[in-house]
Amino acid sequence: MKKDHIQVWVCSGSTCVSKGSLTIRAVFEQEIRKHKLSDRVAVLAGRCSGTCNRGPIAVIEPGHIIYQQLTPEDIPFLVKEHFLKGKPVQRLRTDVSETKTMIPTLMEIDFFKHQQLVVLRNRGRIDPDKIDEYIALDGYAALAKALTSLSPEGIISEIEKAGLRGRGGAGFPTATKWMLCRQADGNPKYVICNGDEGDPGAYMDRSILESDPHAVLEGMAIGARAIGAQRGYIYVRDEYPLAVERVKTAIQQARHYGLLGENIFQTGFDFDVEIIRGGGAFVCGEETALMASIEGKAGRPRSRPPFPAEKGLWEKPTNINNVETWANVPAIISRGAKWYASLGTEKSKGTKIFSLVGKINNSGLVEVPMGITLREIIFGVGGGIPNGKRFKAVQTGGPSGGCIPESMLDLTVDYEALTQAGAIMGSGGLIVMDEDTCMVDVALYFVSFLVEESCGKCTPCRVGLQRMKEMLIKITEGEGEEADIERLEKLARVIGSGSLCGLGQTAPNPVLTTLKYFRNEYEAHIKQKRCPAGVCKKLIVYTIDPQKCTGCGVCVKSCPVDAISGEKKQVHVIDQQLCTRCGSCQEVCSFDAVVIQ
Amino acid sequence: MKWIRKIVEKYGKKESGLIPILQDVQKIKGYLPEEGISDIAAELKIPIARVYSLATFYKAFRLIPRGRHSIHVCLGTACHVRGGAKIMDRLEQDLGVRSGETTQDGRFTVESVRCVGCCGLAPVVVIDDDFHGKLNQKKVIQVLKKYE
Ligand SMILES: Cc1cc2nc3c(=O)[nH]c(=O)nc-3n(C[C@H](O)[C@H](O)[C@H](O)COP(=O)(O)O)c2cc1C
Ligand code: FES
Repeated sequence: MKKDHIQVWVCSGSTCVSKGSLTIRAVFEQEIRKHKLSDRVAVLAGRCSGTCNRGPIAVIEPGHIIYQQLTPEDIPFLVKEHFLKGKPVQRLRTDVSETKTMIPTLMEIDFFKHQQLVVLRNRGRIDPDKIDEYIALDGYAALAKALTSLSPEGIISEIEKAGLRGRGGAGFPTATKWMLCRQADGNPKYVICNGDEGDPGAYMDRSILESDPHAVLEGMAIGARAIGAQRGYIYVRDEYPLAVERVKTAIQQARHYGLLGENIFQTGFDFDVEIIRGGGAFVCGEETALMASIEGKAGRPRSRPPFPAEKGLWEKPTNINNVETWANVPAIISRGAKWYASLGTEKSKGTKIFSLVGKINNSGLVEVPMGITLREIIFGVGGGIPNGKRFKAVQTGGPSGGCIPESMLDLTVDYEALTQAGAIMGSGGLIVMDEDTCMVDVALYFVSFLVEESCGKCTPCRVGLQRMKEMLIKITEGEGEEADIERLEKLARVIGSGSLCGLGQTAPNPVLTTLKYFRNEYEAHIKQKRCPAGVCKKLIVYTIDPQKCTGCGVCVKSCPVDAISGEKKQVHVIDQQLCTRCGSCQEVCSFDAVVIQ
Repeated sequence: MKWIRKIVEKYGKKESGLIPILQDVQKIKGYLPEEGISDIAAELKIPIARVYSLATFYKAFRLIPRGRHSIHVCLGTACHVRGGAKIMDRLEQDLGVRSGETTQDGRFTVESVRCVGCCGLAPVVVIDDDFHGKLNQKKVIQVLKKYE
């Protein structure tokens, strides 16, 4: 790619690919060739810019002009207007802000304005399948620096001064972990990248692996040098086939350039990486289970100590970090610990990537400095709640995390503040819930998830969670008793304190936080046999509002059990005996005439 | 069987290669057939129970054949709060199967997954390799028509 080219970056992240961005790129190329623009305009595969619900997306540089929700049919017109006539096509330009005005460029959009890109620094700017583009943006310069002008201790000291903490959930100081592993007896030593990303509703790691795989490889090589390891493994979850392909390509290219393999940069440092595909078990994200899985065993956690730094993979000293943690490393080494430590709060440095999803206007990946408030993320970057609904809660930390209510939205994003609220930072899922989300149902959702994913080794987790699930089902079906709340709290304490690994130890969090902040919803289910959010099937009825019904008949066709009747242009009624409460009539009604009681 | 021996050898004929071996076998067959499992155990000289222990622990493995098309309904958190369960209920009802089962005519196998990493498009259903996002019950029934 020549520097003076106009660049068309067509996103090649999973979400955009699933919506046809590969075809769109091909049509772009074809049209550019057709109009003989090839020496002026380059069509490139871009990485995920995070606004996945607006895809497929193309960004034109220079100028940061972003086109969204493209279809192949749009492209011939777009190329003619934009590149031949010099007129950007207003219709296809972005409109992600709540103000609904036309916004000219990428950086002026609310979604991007509040963000600060460290890990996602190459977002949208490089083709992940081309190592040259990573190198052109100073890629592997940090590795060169680490190998030629820093000692292993010097590297660890930089990471320590930067204040980097693990992004996989618990926030353990990365430098401490590296030092323990460096000092541990035993050879060979290993480094592992944890790309299992089990938290449902979160996809930061997938995006990093897919769109900037070299950043992870470079980080791992730097870490391996610091620790004294020569071999690394990247464990990627089974559901991410595209990430596996991209990482494989990146490893091959890095080997070809001598950036992996023997005697890297002629410094005598040998390092190579292998990719391992997970088998689809949530608990394999836990470090000891993950290592068992690499060894070819069933991924069941074991008790610690010994910690992986002493006895890890094949009983050898092993350092395991999350994808995002590794991707931070090159930035710290290139730009220096002082710069990095200037971002964030006193104890939580740098930035964090969140996957902002659920009932939110601008859903996608956001990278924000630590210390920003949840309110700024949800209402600033995220543009608030759709359809004029009220915000109810935000769930952080996946199944180990908790639900934070509106009254606590001014909480800052740092490890300690979130833990204190009963939630955790976790790996970065932020799931926004509105007034139509039932918090008892959410608690049941997470507990059911964990019942399925419990490896079954220890009793409090295996049996305790099952009992907890049964109690929650009872409550959502209107069979709950007042004593159940206390029983739940007691059981939560037993599971939390008696379980072997982090899965069980944190499993009660979703139940405890919803009990703490949304107790009134539990009470409504138990005492009044009512689901205030209108979710729990046994406690609701769908009816048709005669004032609003126009008798159009759309609901009749949508009903899978023929429970709705009524003459054309007459008010319709639902037969409650037949109704299964599936809600499809409500989905299709254009007049908001179907209401839940 | 020869092809199984080849796969086993590709991963160094070691027990530690068992997971990728099973992944490759499943990729070819669509599931893990009984003979395949006993062949792998024989090649590796390990008890059959060892292979079954892995094949049943990891969700990615299946011991029964699947329909012509696989439907994965996402029940991750983002999809859950946006109505993923309603879509699952509807599919179960319309196709007359429970999650995990295959329709009588062998056309579809319906399963749930916990997040496919397209949460911005919730609720999501993946059919074979195609992602379908921002669905509701009506749309998902429409989408099925594309798969014979
Ligand atoms: C049940 C359970 C699941 C976990 N899942 C993940 C995961 O998907 N990804 C991850 O990076 N860490 C996960 N962890 C945390 C890891 O055990 C480990 O602490 C982490 O990979 C360390 O990396 P870090 O220091 O860079 O955060 C999980 C922990 C538990 C207890
Ligand atoms: S929760 Fe369904 S794709 Fe993530």
